[in-house]
Amino acid sequence: MAAIPIITPVESENTRTLRHVFSMILREPLSLLSTAVIMLFILMAVFAYQMAPFPEEGAGKTHASNTLLSPSAEHWLGTDKLGRDILSRIIVGARPALIIPIGVVLFAVLIGAPLGALAGYKGGWLDEVIMRITDLFLAFPSLLLAMAIASALGRGLDKAAIALIVSWWPWYTRIARGVAVGLRERYFVEAAQASGVSDAIIIFRHILPNTLSPILVQATVDMGTVILAMGGLAFLGLGTQPPSPDWGLMVSEGRGFILDQWWIATFPGIAIFVVVLAFNLVGDTLRDIFDPRQYK
Amino acid sequence: MQKLEFFLRRIATSILVLIGVSVITFFIARVVPANPAALYIGPKARQEDINRVTKQLGLDKPLPVQYLVYMQELLHGDLGTSISTKRPITEELTGRIPATLELLFSGMFIAILLGVPLGVLSARAQGEPLDVAVRILSIAGVSMPAFFLGLILQIIFFRNLHLLPLAGRVDSNLRFTNPLTEITNFILFDSFVTSNWVTFKDAFLHLLLPSLTLAAYPLGLIARMTRAAMLETLEQDYIRTAQAYGINQTIIIYLYALKNAISPTLTVIGLTVAFALTGTFFVEIIFNWPGLGLFTVRSLLNVDYPAIMGMTLFGSMGYVLINLIVDLLQAWVDPRISLK
Repeated sequence: MAAIPIITPVESENTRTLRHVFSMILREPLSLLSTAVIMLFILMAVFAYQMAPFPEEGAGKTHASNTLLSPSAEHWLGTDKLGRDILSRIIVGARPALIIPIGVVLFAVLIGAPLGALAGYKGGWLDEVIMRITDLFLAFPSLLLAMAIASALGRGLDKAAIALIVSWWPWYTRIARGVAVGLRERYFVEAAQASGVSDAIIIFRHILPNTLSPILVQATVDMGTVILAMGGLAFLGLGTQPPSPDWGLMVSEGRGFILDQWWIATFPGIAIFVVVLAFNLVGDTLRDIFDPRQYK
Repeated sequence: MQKLEFFLRRIATSILVLIGVSVITFFIARVVPANPAALYIGPKARQEDINRVTKQLGLDKPLPVQYLVYMQELLHGDLGTSISTKRPITEELTGRIPATLELLFSGMFIAILLGVPLGVLSARAQGEPLDVAVRILSIAGVSMPAFFLGLILQIIFFRNLHLLPLAGRVDSNLRFTNPLTEITNFILFDSFVTSNWVTFKDAFLHLLLPSLTLAAYPLGLIARMTRAAMLETLEQDYIRTAQAYGINQTIIIYLYALKNAISPTLTVIGLTVAFALTGTFFVEIIFNWPGLGLFTVRSLLNVDYPAIMGMTLFGSMGYVLINLIVDLLQAWVDPRISLK
């Protein structure tokens, strides 16, 4: 009965752009370098315990005879007030500081994009309700909202991550909705409707795939901000709890020593800066090629 | 007429948003935590205290009733009492506004003062080394955690160069040698109008590092946005016409183009104020700056729940108001907006 829908699911401009985008990133030296830096840090986070020179200290084990050593051949980046190797702690700390924000953005996209696609495709009151709620969340400064939620849930990395997801999903709802509104009247969507394909399938098969590239661009641009926010929450003691390492928390722990043992806070701070800079440079190139604002 | 209608409509929307914001904050404060009463008392909650607060906050009543009670208190300016200072939160917050605004204004001032010309220069030199340098500088600005930049500046300007003070708003000894008459609690302003130059200079020096730290993020965004807006404007016909007439390029850029490029820049300035607002939290804790941020961070550390929720509401309302002002300002600068 149901005729096979005419499938031209992905508009040619989008596939071309997506492939085009990757080739452009690889051609631009700064973004190529940034991509390499990001990959390196991700590998470091994944193989943290294999790579860290002192994996146990990285996880939190103290070493009383080694406190506050300055950088040396044995401890490249020095040790902290509990005698732990800073390099090892930065490597292990990449997990909460880098991998968790990637997860946060991923979940925010998974929540935000389908909602936006639904709002844009269905229109009417559903659109109004979803978008007004989205606007309300956007009316808060994101980090302030995340701080409030994190403190309502209690301290901990998992709670900080949930708080950030709750603060970030609306951005993707907005973008996905913008794309969906534009697609609603395209032939391939109307054809699918006419052949009796259910709304759920249209949204997931025909609308969502087309929101992919603008959302990918926005997600890359957001990665830097989310890493900064995560670092900020950790710095304020709302994220990772000691003795576990986290870059933001390490900066906070080293703050009191900044005038004499500068290395304790400086190196984890540099780690945050370098990763965020790398994400922002890639994001900036992406935005130049493919401006997601045109869908808002 | 159209302008007035736009202004009224925009103000009405903001009021609705404020109500929505209060609903969400209410949810975070009362519904999200497993035991809100215990949080409102603090770490050592006894059962009788919990019962008392449950009654006081109306936590035993249905949610809509609770919300109405909450709103009623809110409309009377009552945000509850801080656990750690035992004083009304509204008082705690309002007393700290001048310090934070002083920081916020000077930070935004630096960001705009440097960001807009950098963006214009970058657009003029599109593709040249100067453009690339500004690009990297502005992206570095938005990539730098404020809590880290502050520490670096302290190491350089206090520890190594001995040029600027480490932290605080003003040298505490000045309270005895050159007492300041408090009028507005904006130290720079008060010392200026009372000709207290010693305090003025000292406050100025204290303000430099915190405002520079705060400025980094908005500066980067403003420079990038100005560049983009300028490039778009410079391609338009009226600019080409002006160029064809042989009008000086500098005049074209600063007099003709910048005027039209300023509108998107204003939007970004409004947005960055939000980042700067949460940025002040980190700057204030690094520089021991006695404003809203330091209060909030201390409340977070002491798990002073009513204070945290009060600040969330207060900060978000401030943000909604700033966005409203930016929108109205924009409509005033660019009449096309109120016609949309």
